[in-house]
Amino acid sequence: MKIDKNTINKIARLSRIKLDDKESEDYIKDLNSILDWVEQLNEVNTENVEPLSNISSSILPKREDVSNDTNSSEEILENAPDKLEGFFAVPKVVE
Amino acid sequence: MSKLSLKQTLKDLDTKKISIRELNQDYLKRIKEKDNLNVFIHFSEENVLKQIDNLEKDDSAKKLKGIPIAIKDLFCTKSMPTTAASKILENFNPTYESFVTQKLLDEGSIFVGKTNLDEFAMGSATNTSFFGNTINPLSKENEPLAPGGSSGGSAAAVAADLCLGATGTDTGGSIRQPASFCGVVGIKPTYGLCSRWGIAAFASSLDQAGIFSHNVEDASILLQSIAGFDQRDSTSAKVDIPNYFENLDDDLNGKTVGIPKEYSIDGTPMEISQIWEDAIKVLEKKGVKIKNITLPHTKYALPTYYIIAPAEASSNLARYDGVKYGFRSDEINSLDEMYENTRAQGFGREVKRRILIGTYVLSAGYYDAYYLKAQKVRKLIADDFNRAFKECDFIVTPTAPSAAFPLNEKQNDPIKMYLNDVFTVPASLAGLPGISIPFGEDKNNLPLGIQILGKHFDEQQVFNAALSLERSYE
Repeated sequence: MKIDKNTINKIARLSRIKLDDKESEDYIKDLNSILDWVEQLNEVNTENVEPLSNISSSILPKREDVSNDTNSSEEILENAPDKLEGFFAVPKVVE
Repeated sequence: MSKLSLKQTLKDLDTKKISIRELNQDYLKRIKEKDNLNVFIHFSEENVLKQIDNLEKDDSAKKLKGIPIAIKDLFCTKSMPTTAASKILENFNPTYESFVTQKLLDEGSIFVGKTNLDEFAMGSATNTSFFGNTINPLSKENEPLAPGGSSGGSAAAVAADLCLGATGTDTGGSIRQPASFCGVVGIKPTYGLCSRWGIAAFASSLDQAGIFSHNVEDASILLQSIAGFDQRDSTSAKVDIPNYFENLDDDLNGKTVGIPKEYSIDGTPMEISQIWEDAIKVLEKKGVKIKNITLPHTKYALPTYYIIAPAEASSNLARYDGVKYGFRSDEINSLDEMYENTRAQGFGREVKRRILIGTYVLSAGYYDAYYLKAQKVRKLIADDFNRAFKECDFIVTPTAPSAAFPLNEKQNDPIKMYLNDVFTVPASLAGLPGISIPFGEDKNNLPLGIQILGKHFDEQQVFNAALSLERSYE
């Protein structure tokens, strides 16, 4: 078993998702079955194969290096659940 | 019910046989009648009437002036909220317009509403939506069927004739599979043809916008309208967009079609193998050369996809943290607690599952074994297609391994659900254009789909082959 209770807690913590005990158990089961299934990729010989991260066959164009300055802080803050004097507001971080 | 085509409607509007108002009143009436299908996450009659008012005051000629279009609720729109079918974006009102929807607005189209989808486009049945299931319009009484997914709302909107076309996005089959389930045409163009700007990101190396429509001609008109270069998307392609509609040609004489033997999969229903054979026979009669090809890494496409897509999703969805937009939990005694509770309460089960898997395969010690390995196999899958396309002009396969299944049937076993994408995922990994067109039915008279794949940026060939098959079937 690749994913145990400790691993799922660690991943959940990295993902910033709180899981209750029931959810943890379900995800341990799901993730193990998915990881067992993807294991079949080990059958494929990938020696000297370049990993493919960008499939686009077109050449990525460069843009002009010109500054484009707009003040859109109001727009950016428009959907914030909490804001204060032009900033996003979050719970107190420093005592 | 005889459905008007987009092509015919444009003529009728041009010759004043029908007005923009009359046309859209007709669609509004049907949308209200079909409320039970739960096609739309957001629909406002007032908003549609306002758009009609504005267009009536506008004298300029526009290509899609007055045409009712449904928008998958993954595209940011200024005039309507955008949720990605997630609680975490329940009250999100974008302050900017996506590239694709801006193009459609510039052409004068009318947005009838925002369609339902699987949460963040993660699913194959539109049953992971925070806003409930969409029902396939082809369902019989008391037997609700899934519309496919993730763009199930858009496919259903076209199938129920609630619009003349709809936008969708396709990451591993999210346009082609629901098109097949709902008996409509759905095209996913080449990766990079349509800008991803303003589309809520799922897996950025795979996400691509596309179109649902009643027929191939309409799809060619609409795809033309949403394609094009955009510097705000770093993978947007700077290529010339041909006039697909003007260039349509159903004469395939002398062309070669590739038939990949790896797409004959054990357990595929007879009816699906049958329509595939039928399609090949039709093409042969039209003077198309049949070429058996091999795509040897096909069976590894799904596991590759289910490493790469969740990995990218876990990174893309990190932005939903309760700070910048959307939902924030009430239980917020510390910053970390705010993040963890917001994401625990804001995301649904399938989305969390994929974030967790993605985080695991990217985490220290596992990156090479899973993510890097998957990217290498992806290269081999792309190479398979490159080799095959040296011998053929296009490839024909079934779209999905089944017709529409009952709602919720496959919900418990994630891997079984993932198998829905078995015929669509390989082309997604290779970034190729693919279309699904209705072709034949199963024993319950439910539509089945045929998929046509083309070379990078050869949407014209895909459309031509699709048109030819469509005309032979009608």
